[in-house]
Amino acid sequence: MSNDLLQLAMTAEQFKGLYNYWIVIFLMMTGFFIVISRKNMIKTVIGLNIFQTSVFLLYITMGKVNNGTAPILRPEDAHHDDHSHDHADEADHASQIFLDQIADHTPAQNVSAGSEPAIALEALAETGTNDVIYSNPLPSVLMLTAIVVGIATTALALALIVRIREDYGTIEEDEILILDRES
Amino acid sequence: MIYIDIIILTLLAVTAVTVARIRDLWAAVMFTGIYSFLGASWMLLLDAPDVAFTEAAVGAGISTVLLLVTLALTSKTEKTSTSVPFVPLLVVIGTGAALIYGTLDMPHFGDPSAPVHTHPNPGFVERSQPDMHGLPNVVTAVLASYRGYDTLGETAVIFTAGIGVLLILRREKKSANTDDSTTEGTA
Repeated sequence: MSNDLLQLAMTAEQFKGLYNYWIVIFLMMTGFFIVISRKNMIKTVIGLNIFQTSVFLLYITMGKVNNGTAPILRPEDAHHDDHSHDHADEADHASQIFLDQIADHTPAQNVSAGSEPAIALEALAETGTNDVIYSNPLPSVLMLTAIVVGIATTALALALIVRIREDYGTIEEDEILILDRES
Repeated sequence: MIYIDIIILTLLAVTAVTVARIRDLWAAVMFTGIYSFLGASWMLLLDAPDVAFTEAAVGAGISTVLLLVTLALTSKTEKTSTSVPFVPLLVVIGTGAALIYGTLDMPHFGDPSAPVHTHPNPGFVERSQPDMHGLPNVVTAVLASYRGYDTLGETAVIFTAGIGVLLILRREKKSANTDDSTTEGTA
C-alpha cells in the first residue's frame, strides 16, 4: 500500500519535471501532422513553422534553471571588472576557483553565482549568500541563430510556392501531380 | 508562476490544434502568429528574453507578413478532402510515443545539475565580462564574440536566401511581365 503511494508520488514528481517536454512534443507532433497530412503547400509551410517553433521551445526549456534569472550580469559585477587591468588573469583565476569548487565542494568567497548555476545553488544552500542564479545562455544563443535561418528557409519556400502557382495555377499537391501526369 | 506556465502551454496546444484543423488559410496564418506570440511569452518566462524578442519580431512579425503576401499571390482557401488521414495520424502517434518514452530519461525541468548546465565549462559566463569589456548580456557576448563566425555564416545564409527569393521571383517578371515589387520587398 505504502509502496503504491510512493510510486504515485514518484509519477507526480516526474510529471512536474517532464510536462514541459511533453507539451513541446505534442506541439512538435501537431506540426509534423500538418506537414504530412495536408496537401496544400501553404499549410505545409505553416506546419513546418509550428514544428520549428516547438524545437526552439525544447531547447529553451532545457536551459532554464530553477529560481534562475535571465543571463544578464548585474551592474555591480560589470563595474567591478571595469576597474581591474589584467581582466583575463582575473577571470581565469575566478574560473579556477569554480573548478576547485566542483572538485571538493567548498564554497569560495566573493564568487559570482552566474558562472556556474549548479554550483551556485549549492553555494546558496551552504553559505546563504544572496548571489544571483542565471539560466543557461547557450540554448538562447543557438536558438537565435536557428530562428534567423528558419525565416530564411520559410521565405525561400514561399517564393517557390508563388512560382509553382504561376506555372500550375494551383498549390494543391495532388492537383499538381495530376497536371504533371497529363503533360 | 507555474499557473502562468500552464495557461500559456494550454493555449499553445489549443492554438496548434486549431491551426491543424482550420481550413481557411488566412485564419491559419493568423493563428500561427498567435502561436509564435505565445511561444515568445513562454520563452520570456524561461529566462530567454533575447530569443523571445527575436521570436516575436521574426516568428510573429516577418513570418506572418511573408505568409500573407504569399496568400495574396496564390489562393486563400484550402481544398477540403473527405478522407480521414489515418496513416499520418498513426505515424504521428507512434513518433510522439517514442519521443515521450525518450523524455523519461531527461533531466527534470529546471534541474541545476543537468548536463546541459555543467558540460561546456560555465566559466565562460564570468570570462565574457573582461573579454567583451563589461558587456552585461552573456547571450550577446557569446553570439557576437565566441560564436562570431557562426553568426557570420548565418548572415551568409540570409544573403543566399534573399538572392534565391529574388532569382525565383525574377523569372516571373520576364515571362508574365507582372509587377513583382510587392514580392521583391519580402526578400
